[in-house]
Formats: sequence, C-alpha cells, structure tokens
Amino acid sequence: MATEHKEIDAVSGMATTGHEWDGIKELNTPLPRWWLWIFYACIVWSIGYWVVYPAWPLITTHTKGVLGYSSRAALAQDMAALAARRGEAGRALAEASLEDIRKSPDLLAFAMAQGKAAFGDNCAPCHGLGATGSKGFPNLNDDDWMWGGTLDAIHFTIAHGVRSDDPDTRVNTMPAFGKDSILTKDEIGTIADFVLSISGQTPGAGADLEKGQQLFADNCAVCHGEEGKGNPELGAPNLTDRIWLYGGDRASIVATITNARAGVMPTWKNRLDEPTIKALTVYVHALGGGK
Amino acid sequence: MNLHAAPDPVDELPLYVPHRKIYPQSVQGIFRKIKWWLLAFCLGVYYFLPFVRWDRGPGVPNQAVLIDFPSRRFYFFDIEIWPQEVYYITGLLILAALVLFLMNSVAGRLWCGYLCPQTVWTDLFYGIERWVEGDRRERIKKDHEPITAWRVGEIVLKHWLWLMIAWWTGGAWVLYFADAPTLIKSIATGQAPTVAYVWIGILTFTTYSLAGFMREQVCVYMCPWPRIQAALTDEWALNVTYRYDRGEPRAHVKEAKKLRAEGQPAGDCVDCGQCMAVCPTGIDIRKGAQLDCIMCGLCIDACDRVMEKVGRPTGLIAYDTDDNCQRRARGEAPVYRPLRPRTLIYVGAIVLVTAVMMWSLATRTTTSLNVLHDRNPLVVALSDGAVRNGYTVRLLNKQQSPRSFTLAVEGVPRPHIEVVGIDTPAGEAPRVAIGPDTTRELRVLVTVPADAAAGLARSSDVTFRIIDEHGASASASAHDHFVAR
Repeated sequence: MATEHKEIDAVSGMATTGHEWDGIKELNTPLPRWWLWIFYACIVWSIGYWVVYPAWPLITTHTKGVLGYSSRAALAQDMAALAARRGEAGRALAEASLEDIRKSPDLLAFAMAQGKAAFGDNCAPCHGLGATGSKGFPNLNDDDWMWGGTLDAIHFTIAHGVRSDDPDTRVNTMPAFGKDSILTKDEIGTIADFVLSISGQTPGAGADLEKGQQLFADNCAVCHGEEGKGNPELGAPNLTDRIWLYGGDRASIVATITNARAGVMPTWKNRLDEPTIKALTVYVHALGGGK
Repeated sequence: MNLHAAPDPVDELPLYVPHRKIYPQSVQGIFRKIKWWLLAFCLGVYYFLPFVRWDRGPGVPNQAVLIDFPSRRFYFFDIEIWPQEVYYITGLLILAALVLFLMNSVAGRLWCGYLCPQTVWTDLFYGIERWVEGDRRERIKKDHEPITAWRVGEIVLKHWLWLMIAWWTGGAWVLYFADAPTLIKSIATGQAPTVAYVWIGILTFTTYSLAGFMREQVCVYMCPWPRIQAALTDEWALNVTYRYDRGEPRAHVKEAKKLRAEGQPAGDCVDCGQCMAVCPTGIDIRKGAQLDCIMCGLCIDACDRVMEKVGRPTGLIAYDTDDNCQRRARGEAPVYRPLRPRTLIYVGAIVLVTAVMMWSLATRTTTSLNVLHDRNPLVVALSDGAVRNGYTVRLLNKQQSPRSFTLAVEGVPRPHIEVVGIDTPAGEAPRVAIGPDTTRELRVLVTVPADAAAGLARSSDVTFRIIDEHGASASASAHDHFVAR
C-alpha cells in the first residue's frame, strides 16, 4: 500500500480516498480508531453470543448454546408463571360468592377482565363478541332470560349447559304440535294469532282469538303460563314481550309451534375451572340484563 | 488558487485515525470562573436535589422531585403529574429545544461550552487529573517517562477518584426514582432492587468512560448537536472568534515591536500557542469556527492574560462574529444585532409555550371524567321496548382525600342510570365513592323508557356529570352519545 499515493484536494486541503465520480472526489475524513475497536468488540461479543445462545443452523438441528435457551421454553415458562399468578387471583374468585364479587370493586374488575377474555374464547362463536346473539342464540345483553337472569341462574346454565350430556343439564321440551299431528294446521294458526295478540302485535285478519285462547290454555299454558308470561324454571320463554329468540312474526311463530325448537349449549364445568365460570357469570350478568 | 492544478501526491492516509491525547493547561480568568460556578451549581442540583423534602400530607411521598414508576406519578415540588398528563413533559422538551435555539442565535454553543453534562463532568475529571498529576507540561512529561511506583500510585489515585465520582453520579440518578434516604439505606445493606444496582452500574460506567476517556470524542464524533447547530446559526450569532483583523500578521513580541517601529504592519497575535494549550478539544481557534469547538471561552481567558503581559488590548479572542472581523478589516465599525427577527421569534415562542403550560397547569382540575360508549352492541332493546346503552366511565380523583360523587346523565328524557356493582335505591342518583389519588372504572347502563325512546333521534348527545357531594365546584363532565335504535 505504501507505493500507492493519495492526492490532496486543492480546495479543502484534505486527502481524498481516491474514489472519483464524474470528477467529484471523495474526501478522506478518517474515523477515530476507537470506532474500529468498538466494531471488533462487537465481533467478539457476537462470538460469545454464539457460544451462549442458539445460533448456527445445522442440517437437521442447530447449535443449542451453553445456556440451553429456547424461545419456546421461555414462552412455556412465562405461561406457567401467568397460570400461577392467575391461580392466586383466581383463588379469591373461587372463595367469594357471586354477589360478593359483584359488590367488591377489585374482584369485579378482575372478574370482568377475565370474563371478557373467556367469553371471547368460548362463548362468542354462538353468542357473538358483543353477546348480542342471533336467531336461535340468545342476546345476553337484554333483560329477557329463558332460564333466569340471576347470578345463580346464569352460573347454573353456564356450568351445566342446555340439552348437554351433563346429568343436571337444563332441558325444555316443547312438543312439535304440527309435525307430530297433535294440532291441525288451522289450530296452530289460531294459536299463533292469539300469541301475536298477547305480545302487542296485530293478529291476522279474521282471527278467532277466543278459540286461540282456549287452545293456548289447553296446550301451551302448562309451560308458558295462563298469560303466556313464561317460566324460567322450565325454560319456557315469555311470549308477551318484544324479544323473540326464533322470530316474532306470524310465520316464525307458526313454524315454532309446528316443529318445536330445541336449542343447545354445551356444559362448561368440565372444560373451564370454577373461577373462570364465576368470572363469566359476573361478566354476563354485568352486560346489563342481569336480574 | 488554481483548482485544476495537479494535486500533490502524498503518502497513504489511514482509514482510521489514532486517538491524540489532549493535555489542557490550567487557565485563570472570567470564563474559567463562570465555568467553575456553573459546574458547582449544576452538579450541586443533580447530586443533592433528591434529598430535598417537600411535605404533601400523609400517605404521599415527601420527596421534592420523584419519578414514582410503581404508582405512576411524577412529583415536582407542588406539581403532581399523572401518566395521561405526559404532554407537560412534551412541553418542557419543546421549551428546552427553543431555549437551545435562542442560546445558539445569541451566543453560539453556550450549552456545549458551559452546561452540557459531557462538558461539566469532563471539566471535573480534568480538574482531578490536574490536581493529582500536575499541569499540562508535567502530564505530557510523565506520559513519556518510564513508570515508577510513585507514578503508579498517582494513576491509581486518579482512577479511584474518577470512579468514586462516577459511582456517585449513578447513585444520585437512582435516587430520583425512589425515596432517597430509604433507598440509600437499602443500597448500603444490599437489599435494594436489582434494577437500582444495574442502573448505578450503567451510569458509573458511562460517566467514567465518557468523562475520563472519551471526552472531546463525544462532542466531535458522537454528538448530533454540532451538526444541527451549524445549520441553525447565522452571521449575527456571537461565537468565540479569533479576531484575525487584529491578530494578523502574527509576529513575536520583539519582532512586532521592530515592525511597528518601522511602520510595517504587525498583528497582536504573538503566536504563543496558549489558546491551543488550554483548549479541552485540542483545536486552534485561529483557524476559525469549527465543529470541534465547544465554545467554552477558555482560550479567551488564556489570550487575555497574554495580551495583558505584552501590553496589548485584550479581546483578541472574543465573543464576536466573522462579519465584524471583516468590517474592522475594511475600517468599518462592528455591528451587533442581538435583537433581530430570529432571536425575537425564539423569545416569543418561549414566552408563548411557557404561558400555555402555566395556564394549563393553573387551570387543570383535580377531578376528571372519561366516558366511552360500548362498541358492541351500540344499543340494546329491552323486553318492554325500553332502550339501553352501555358505557365505560372512568373517574379520576387527583385530590389526596377520598371523595364521593353523584352521577347524572343529561340529554335524554327520564334516563334510568344503573352502575354495575353499586345498588342504587329507586329514584336516586347513583353514588360513587373513590379513594384518594386514584381512578375508578365503572360500567354504567343508561335506559330510556319505550315511550320516551320513541321520540328520540337515532343518536342524541348526552352529558355525563359527576358532582362532588361536598361542593358542586369540584365536579366534572364528559360528552358522549345515546343511540336509540
């Protein structure tokens, strides 16, 4: 290199690097040497890194590093730590009664957070992320409850499900009045007109409401009550309000009476632990419809 | 100069330059005095501020300046900043930048020369080096002599003193983040949190290496400010300037006398090199303004003393402008314009930002309310036709006492307000208790009866209001919407 000569730029008086582009020459403004040392130090550091951490890919595996670190194991560790922490807070949920949880601001905040997450993971596929439900899947925000909207009733429904394989499952049995030939098509239409009338809607033209009331009393009142206000004990919905799980127009009501409805919900007590079910209960109750 | 002349060939220059050690000489004078006082003041504030106590009442930290990360508060004397008020810090940063610009437009790198931590700690470390090893000549001599036991002792003493200061620097840093006396006790007994020791270690290392070894390399190679400063300056900004109109041509004392006697031109610069000897970045100010010059003014002190000795007027190196040198060279009077649009705009901006911050600080409330409407569902129809909206409501109580509020909603007819977890007797407004210096999040359900909801537009503006039960003045409100269908 000593034989190579550099030239001095006439304007600045500085040496050039010898690089030239279209007559413009690059001045040599050398970096301090310690800068170079830091670069070497980084190389040395990286060698230490290779030794300590997993680094080099091999054909079927990779170098493991003396620390035995892997991001997968680190994740598992973090998850275990989280589970342990949640277990501690979950114990408070497990010990407190549902009403106590609702009344204590701290427990309520914890249960709401956990309940919201658990709802998104487990319940949202049917009930929707905002718990607004859809046809056949109840809206959990409103004040109409097929199986009761108290904390205890909600807890029971979540734990045991509806028509699930749990021995204590909630079951309601509405006969398929049309399909099983219990009632004729005309009788079903008459009942539907009566149901429209008690829910504040306009029945079909020329409806025989008296006959409808009689047929309702004979066939429906045993579960839905004389006035059609329903019975949460039996899972019989209130037919006089404005909320309809399967539609409140005449055709939907006729279809319901003809074929019956049989909604299902799994039992969660085998899939979720008790604190999670409690958190879900408090969360669903706090959506606004809780009694 | 002929730009097209064949350049001179020179030997290969290295791609990396070796470090040239600088041995600044001690100097006395007005700027040295200013620097010592500012150094004492800045370090005094930094090292002792955490120990200043400030009574804020029971249950609240009594440290005047405290960044309390665990409880997310910043205490500064009578001011308490919550995380959501971090814009005050933004305001301070804007203010700091504007002050930096103003300093620069008035007198160049005042920050670099007098106030920058790199300058202050480097100055202190140079002071210790000089005290232990002697002044410039002695240090140069000792560095080139064979090592003796005495010399080893000197070096050890110097590094030990440096490390003590560096360690104290790191120690003072962590004291801003916890109660200082308690933390000192737990550090001394080895019971402080690991993060405290780690930060003490980091700042000990940076102080020791940056002030003891890196020194002017930080200013020349690492700091972005010299680059930005060069772009921000103008021809009126005062800089530490060698007045070449007076100094050139340089001549030694006797030679200058001879020249003057002969009626020949002779400058005041006697080429004694004192300005270079005292320079902490090792440059020659006579080459003009340059990136490496931190404008500390020490060369002014050095030159003034020489000028006094040789019986010439002082101020050969002074805060001045290059334009004035040229004016004097042309026989014109120098012009100074400290008041010009640039400085006035900076002053105006500083006053404006300060006023806005003071106003916002003075008028901020100790009670605040945030309301967020449910995203899903927007509206819930109830079995009797009533309409319900859900909200997440957050109350903030910045007072140091527990308080109780009643919650009201205005903007929709006959609203029924329900707070989840709080049982409210029928016909009464919900009452919310909140602890001192804390926030509380609530789920609030607002229901409008069917007949009233029928007359509502699809969306109505509603106002949430919390009213302190002990005085309506300390209330707060927030706006949102009620969706009717």
